[in-house]
Amino acid sequence: MGDGVAETETMSGDGGAARQSRSGKDTLLDARGLIKRFGDILANDRVDLVINKGEIHALLGENGAGKSTLVKMFYGSLEPDGGEILWQGQRVDIGNPAAARELGIGMVFQHFSLFEALTVAENIALALPNPGRMSELANRIQSVSRDYGLPLNPDDIVADLPVGIRQRIEIVRCLLQEPQLIIMDEPTSVLTPQEADLLFLTLERLAKEGCAVLYISHRLEEVKRICHHATILRHGQVVRECDPTKETPASLASMMVGADVASVSASSQKPQIGETRLALKNLSAKAATPFATALNKVSLDLRAGEVVAIAGVAGNGQGELFDAISGEMQVAADMVVLDGKPCGNRNITWRRRQNAAFVPEERLGHGAVPGMKLSQNIVLTRHRTGDKLVSGFFVSNANAGKMEQRIKKSFDVRMSHDDPEARSLSGGNLQKFVVGRELDRKPGVLIVNQPTWGVDAGAAALIRQALIDLARSGSAVLVISQDLDEIFEIADRIAVISRGYLSAAEPTADMNRERVGLLMAGGAEAQGEVA
Amino acid sequence: MFEAVLLTVITAATPLLIAAIGELVVERSGVLNLGVEGMMIMGAVVGFAVANQTGSGTLGVFAAIAAGMAMSALFGFLVLVLVTNQVATGLALTILGVGFSGLIGEAFIGIPGLKLPDLYIPVLSDIPFFGPVFFQQDALVYVSFALVIAVAYFLFRTRLGLVLRSVGDNHVSAHALGYSVIRIRFAAVLFGGACAGLAGAYMSLAYTPQWVENMTAGRGWIALALVVFSSWLPLRVVIGAYLFGAVSVLNLHAQAVELDIPSQLLSSLPYLATILVLVLISANRRLTLVNTPACLGKPFVPDR
Amino acid sequence: MRVELVKRKEHSRKMALLSPLIAVGLTAIAAGFIFSISGHNPLFGLYKFFIEPLTQEWSLNATIAKATPLILIACGLSVCYLSNNWNIGAEGQFVVGALFGSALPILMPDFESAATLPLMMAFGAIGGALWALIPALLKTRFNTNEILTSLMLVYVASLLLDYLVRGPWRDPGGYNFPESALFSDAATLSTVPGTSLSYAAPITLIVAVVLAVVLGKTIKGFEIRVMGESPRAGSFAGFSAKKLTLFSFAIAGGLAGLAGTMEVSGALNQLLPTISPGYGFTAIIVAFLGRLNPFGIIVAGFVLALSYIGGEAVQSAMGVSNKIASVIQGLLLFFVLACDTLILYRIRFVGRRGSAGEVSHV
Repeated sequence: MGDGVAETETMSGDGGAARQSRSGKDTLLDARGLIKRFGDILANDRVDLVINKGEIHALLGENGAGKSTLVKMFYGSLEPDGGEILWQGQRVDIGNPAAARELGIGMVFQHFSLFEALTVAENIALALPNPGRMSELANRIQSVSRDYGLPLNPDDIVADLPVGIRQRIEIVRCLLQEPQLIIMDEPTSVLTPQEADLLFLTLERLAKEGCAVLYISHRLEEVKRICHHATILRHGQVVRECDPTKETPASLASMMVGADVASVSASSQKPQIGETRLALKNLSAKAATPFATALNKVSLDLRAGEVVAIAGVAGNGQGELFDAISGEMQVAADMVVLDGKPCGNRNITWRRRQNAAFVPEERLGHGAVPGMKLSQNIVLTRHRTGDKLVSGFFVSNANAGKMEQRIKKSFDVRMSHDDPEARSLSGGNLQKFVVGRELDRKPGVLIVNQPTWGVDAGAAALIRQALIDLARSGSAVLVISQDLDEIFEIADRIAVISRGYLSAAEPTADMNRERVGLLMAGGAEAQGEVA
Repeated sequence: MFEAVLLTVITAATPLLIAAIGELVVERSGVLNLGVEGMMIMGAVVGFAVANQTGSGTLGVFAAIAAGMAMSALFGFLVLVLVTNQVATGLALTILGVGFSGLIGEAFIGIPGLKLPDLYIPVLSDIPFFGPVFFQQDALVYVSFALVIAVAYFLFRTRLGLVLRSVGDNHVSAHALGYSVIRIRFAAVLFGGACAGLAGAYMSLAYTPQWVENMTAGRGWIALALVVFSSWLPLRVVIGAYLFGAVSVLNLHAQAVELDIPSQLLSSLPYLATILVLVLISANRRLTLVNTPACLGKPFVPDR
Repeated sequence: MRVELVKRKEHSRKMALLSPLIAVGLTAIAAGFIFSISGHNPLFGLYKFFIEPLTQEWSLNATIAKATPLILIACGLSVCYLSNNWNIGAEGQFVVGALFGSALPILMPDFESAATLPLMMAFGAIGGALWALIPALLKTRFNTNEILTSLMLVYVASLLLDYLVRGPWRDPGGYNFPESALFSDAATLSTVPGTSLSYAAPITLIVAVVLAVVLGKTIKGFEIRVMGESPRAGSFAGFSAKKLTLFSFAIAGGLAGLAGTMEVSGALNQLLPTISPGYGFTAIIVAFLGRLNPFGIIVAGFVLALSYIGGEAVQSAMGVSNKIASVIQGLLLFFVLACDTLILYRIRFVGRRGSAGEVSHV
């Protein structure tokens, strides 16, 4: 921790006092009044930020608050439209990532900036200004990665590597340039709890060595655990700075959102469990492409009245499982049973007519057609479900329009004008629409993949409450999610998917994060293989 | 006799090889340029016209390269700066090229052409059989092989080649790391245009030294198929080009052997063979998925 | 100086209508430029090319006659392109359709009845559809790229036509010319009474209207549009990409084959080694210029038909090669594509950044 750090609360516009009290001889980065516009949207509005040596500095905010935009300016990927950046006291113009790297700023991207078809060494070489000979580079990679407890094999092809190892490549890539500031954008979103612990050890070591870390996250427990200082953005402005160790997750959350977030109320009654609506019996499927995940004897009973959550880190077969249940991927008939009827080989329309509904992970491009209006997007999943949208060959645009109005009202979907194209909606609003479209049918079985990914807190709360309410009204709800907070909030039972194996679903009360983490890291496989 | 056949195979294969190696580089950077046929035929007509007007085959060749590059620059502007649909724009390039070449070429129909001279290397060219085949070709045949080796070295042994491959693999990541995706792709597109133009020049100045309307007869399209066939690996392009070269001269030689097969059927063999080859390659899903540059044909708009 | 594209929130309806007009305008300017480079008066050339053909009855009829096959083929192609099936082989489907359609009058010249023409047209459509199903099946079964396969088959089709017309189907009484016997009256597509328009024109108009209804108002049209824009969303909706590929290729091939048969039985009245001045390829331009919309295609078909007639006109009036028509067609497609960018993006010109130490402003 640098000296001269005082806990200060500032409102935007009054950055001067805070900055002065925090900046000093140990200051690495001093951003003053940064502005960035995209068309009409002001993504960053006069942002001030000070990062000192050896500090793990959290950048908090909801989706859309402007965090990624801000750090991209530090990394040279974007040009500021106003304001200035000082590095070690000197004004600098970070024109491109190479310039940032030269200054000593490194970045670990949220969605990784890796090249699948190339080797680990080639990937790292591309980020270094002077990679030198490949054989020397390979040696350096091995020694540095081992040294930090993140061993890598330089000759592996990235496409063959799991997500946790891929992040290591990003980190080692930064470390090889001996950075003074590392920016990490949502690093734990793809890690198991145990892998996250390993990452935190690495970060603490870096901080001790004097390297600063700018840590973007919306995972408040983590931020409390490892960060020394936090800057909170809302709607592109700095609204608070604080010491997260002295705050609670709830206070941090309300600073981020600006109001008390409606907490989701699991129904006070115990769930009334009915008969099994969806059964998966030894569901197995080969990987459709070399990059897909095979499903291995997945078994689950989903009963009326309950919410079952499948936890798992991305890339472990969630998409494939969703497709097998929805019918986009066909399997043997008796592997998927809906209300007692084997339907593994039936298509998605047949399953919808059995009153099942589905919400996929990708809302644009899968759940909805980006360039089509919302009313047309309703026809997408409901053209055969008895909603009077299609008579004979003809589509009733009038009825579609009526349904759009109804869904808009019930689910508080905000839009700039009537019946817009799907892609002009914000992430949260589109997700409300996509979920609302299915809930409007009052389905007996609902399968959702990543219900609140990339969605603002208000919309997320609404969606989660809607899922619980649906279950309590007698339907069966299956939620696949990477967000453990969400899972513990809404699920009655939890199962874990790992490498295409599913663990047995257990009541939430019997589960905790550590157990889930162990299952994510291979416990599910072990169970599955024994079963 | 075998020697004569082999010589015709070489001349048939060379334009395919040159055009295909150029397009391979373009596709490795993530751009699909379907306009190879249009650029090739413009190279053919411009090369012929300039050689005819100036009396110099060499000037004709350089003019052809310039023509190919000019056309590819137009394509590059649309596809990389205006982000138009790559398939449609490539088609437009071909339609424009074929049309324009017809216009320019009208004045040159029926005029005897300038043939590029064969190189003569003392001693080596005199070796019976091997001499004429390996050491007495016109310069462009040697250029074609040099190109393949240069491209292979560039792509897999140089940093710039690594960067180019990375752009074709994941342009978002390449951009995030600070590489100028558009500039790299533009350079690749220009190189592809130069090669296509050169291949066209070979057609009108060495293969059949004259100008005939539509003389490339789909070779540009076959070159595109060759890139797929080669799984985007330069050395394999040689195999493909020579296989196709062999198939396309069957017609010529069948007549000498007096086979009673309609000449149209023999002429259609290269096209049927292309279809067959494409089916075989694409039927192996794993092979295609693993080797295809992941961003091939995908539009790229940087956020700045 | 840098050109920057700023994505619009939604498709701009204004630009969707304006873009083809701007494209035509730019093409006219480019054409004028070419005229003046070759030493001719640009305005005179443009008049002769674009305007004059519309002013005289005979040239107007000729324009309609050329527009008809273009529109028919382009309607079929629009179904393919809307669903992301890149059928480039319409020229070959046109030819094979003509071959199937001509089989009846050539092999059974004495079969003259009211059924002859309808049968010919049915065979023609089936022939074109079958030829188109080859690349479609290769795509659905083997995942082979349809652009190259459909195109290769164009060359094969032309060679097939060449072979038949010089060989087995050559007119025995035709002095060894490479052509088939003339078709009987029963096999000739006549003109609509009271006009000099072939029946091909009203048939084409009906097809275009039906297609407009299907695309805009039916669930099939919905399926086509969804699959073209988001195949995964289409699969999520329960639509089958493979079935749609087969369907769209069959329709496109069928319409191209129908066009081929009508051309051969109406305008040409026999089979020749070349029966198309590149209709199958020009139709691609018609489809794009017409925004893949049947009514737009009708207008675009006229514009491109005009380019054929105009090409002949400038040749006879000014001595400019009629090949200028294909150059103008190619330029038109380029301009259409370039202008279409404006539908999805706004263009911004960004000035140079300030020198190091200053922060840039836009």
